[in-house]
Amino acid sequence: MILRHPLFWLILVFAALMAFAPLRANNVSLREDLILVALAIILASNLNLMIGYTGYVNFGHIVFYGLGGYVGLYLATVRNWNLVLAALAAGFGVSLFALALGMGILRLRGAYFALATIGVLQAVQSFVANFDPWGRSTGMYVAFDAYERLGGARHALWITYFLVIGVMALSMILSLGIKISKFGLGLFAIREDEDAARVLGVNTTVFKAIIFSVSAFLPAVAGALMFYKNGMIDPSIAFEFMLSLEGIVMLMLGGKGTVVGAVLGGGLYEKLRSYLLTSPKFSNFQLVIAGGLLLLVVLFAPGGLIGWIYRIVPRARKVIE
Amino acid sequence: MSGILASMIDGLLIGSVYGLAAMGLSLIWGVMDVINLTHGAVIALGMFGMFILFTAFAVNAYILLLPVIAAGLLLGLVIYWFAVHWVIGRSQLSSLLSTFAVNMMIIGIGTAIWSTSPYNVNFTLRGFTVGAYTFDGNHLAAAAAAVIIGLALELFLYRTRPGKAIRAVADNREAAELMGISSTMVLALAFAIGIALAAASGALISTLFPFTILSGAGYQMKSFVVTVLAGLGKPLGALVAGILLGLLEGAVTPFIAVSWIPLIEFGLFVVVLVVFPKGIFTRATA
Repeated sequence: MILRHPLFWLILVFAALMAFAPLRANNVSLREDLILVALAIILASNLNLMIGYTGYVNFGHIVFYGLGGYVGLYLATVRNWNLVLAALAAGFGVSLFALALGMGILRLRGAYFALATIGVLQAVQSFVANFDPWGRSTGMYVAFDAYERLGGARHALWITYFLVIGVMALSMILSLGIKISKFGLGLFAIREDEDAARVLGVNTTVFKAIIFSVSAFLPAVAGALMFYKNGMIDPSIAFEFMLSLEGIVMLMLGGKGTVVGAVLGGGLYEKLRSYLLTSPKFSNFQLVIAGGLLLLVVLFAPGGLIGWIYRIVPRARKVIE
Repeated sequence: MSGILASMIDGLLIGSVYGLAAMGLSLIWGVMDVINLTHGAVIALGMFGMFILFTAFAVNAYILLLPVIAAGLLLGLVIYWFAVHWVIGRSQLSSLLSTFAVNMMIIGIGTAIWSTSPYNVNFTLRGFTVGAYTFDGNHLAAAAAAVIIGLALELFLYRTRPGKAIRAVADNREAAELMGISSTMVLALAFAIGIALAAASGALISTLFPFTILSGAGYQMKSFVVTVLAGLGKPLGALVAGILLGLLEGAVTPFIAVSWIPLIEFGLFVVVLVVFPKGIFTRATA
């Protein structure tokens, strides 16, 4: 049972702290910092379901986030849906898309799958850039009075913040829930040796398609919320390849295949990036430092931060999944 | 009708440069099972290498190809020892990520030096006119250079001892080691050649279009498409597939908006990957 797992309660406490830290002092800049941290954790956690749990490298994970943003924004502004309904619809729609896509490209293994995901990202981006109802390459805007329904723009920003924190908590709980379930064991079996898993009775085709689709859901919801909050979307910011890759860097940094690793990596990397971007000395070298960090982790610490903690405190395995 | 023909000739010429770029990717992938994600960054470095050399010595840009290739070989050896050697034989994720890390570093340094504003190599060869079509001198020279380099690589791989060693290691590394081939040296050599090819194609592209430090990414994607079309480890096939891709681009350009072309290319890419994982030149075997 997930309720008996100590990490489940830690996740709730963590999310509550994130939610109330900026509220207590009504600190708007802290809120804007934390929402990016939450987004990083959402992306890294859900990417972890594919890369860390199942062993399939998805270079185009950001497709789900961007498509979710587009569907959500379209429903919330053009069709005047309620924000939460629009975000949920975006999540389900994108999950269905991922399921159909997964049926096709999950027949590929290893590097071929990784390359196909790059192809999908590029194809979707150029489709959206030519798609009339979504404003082609100029994208879409949220009209200012759309925020009125949430009680004005100031109020709306707080509401989206709490919703994003909620999605972050759900991402972590989802990761934990899958990790301690039988379904999760099946995924790990696929990661270790797909043919052996199939022989032992894991329906690998179905398992892979389901996890691919599940890993799309929460990023799509988060995309709908984030782009609604930002007030605009266009194909180049919605499907930024760089952000997709940074998700992988976060995961490697924290330790792939672990719930806490994705959170640590996402949080730390986002903090590091915002520090580098704003510091006058390093702003030009943000990529160099991130790249160097990634190289060091890949070459010398493939287990990431969590791997390192496991080695130093072996008992940590009992609490930190 | 002549519009399509002209557009297809343009496509054919530029396609051979795509092919050259893809040969480097295909060689590295085929020989050491590493998908080299530094490819695009190296193509961009080739462009800027040409730019620097041409600004320093205002001679025929196509002569400057030789120093660019030499620098590419050196750079390839450096990247190999820095980031690739340690992950050979580890999971594919490791090599994807380590080469990607190098890519980030190159792009980061390049952006700091050159920013992301466009540059161009101001060099023009005189073309000639046949009927209604004018052959652009630069496009012709770049296509010729690409085909010559491609054929030279093929000769090297099939007619020389180091070339045969590369093919042997690609075929079966253990057996090649037992025959006394030092596989580490061979892998380093193959990687260096792959990088040099990417740099050369970048240098050729820089004589055709304006470029920025980020331009390599688009050509890297095209190289993936071409490599997958041709099947792995078939450098000459990559050259042919590159020309095919260029022809396809040329053939559809008169009919649809340019902004749709990426959708066609990457749609094709994903479909070919799923349906013909060994490339379109290999018959599927059960």
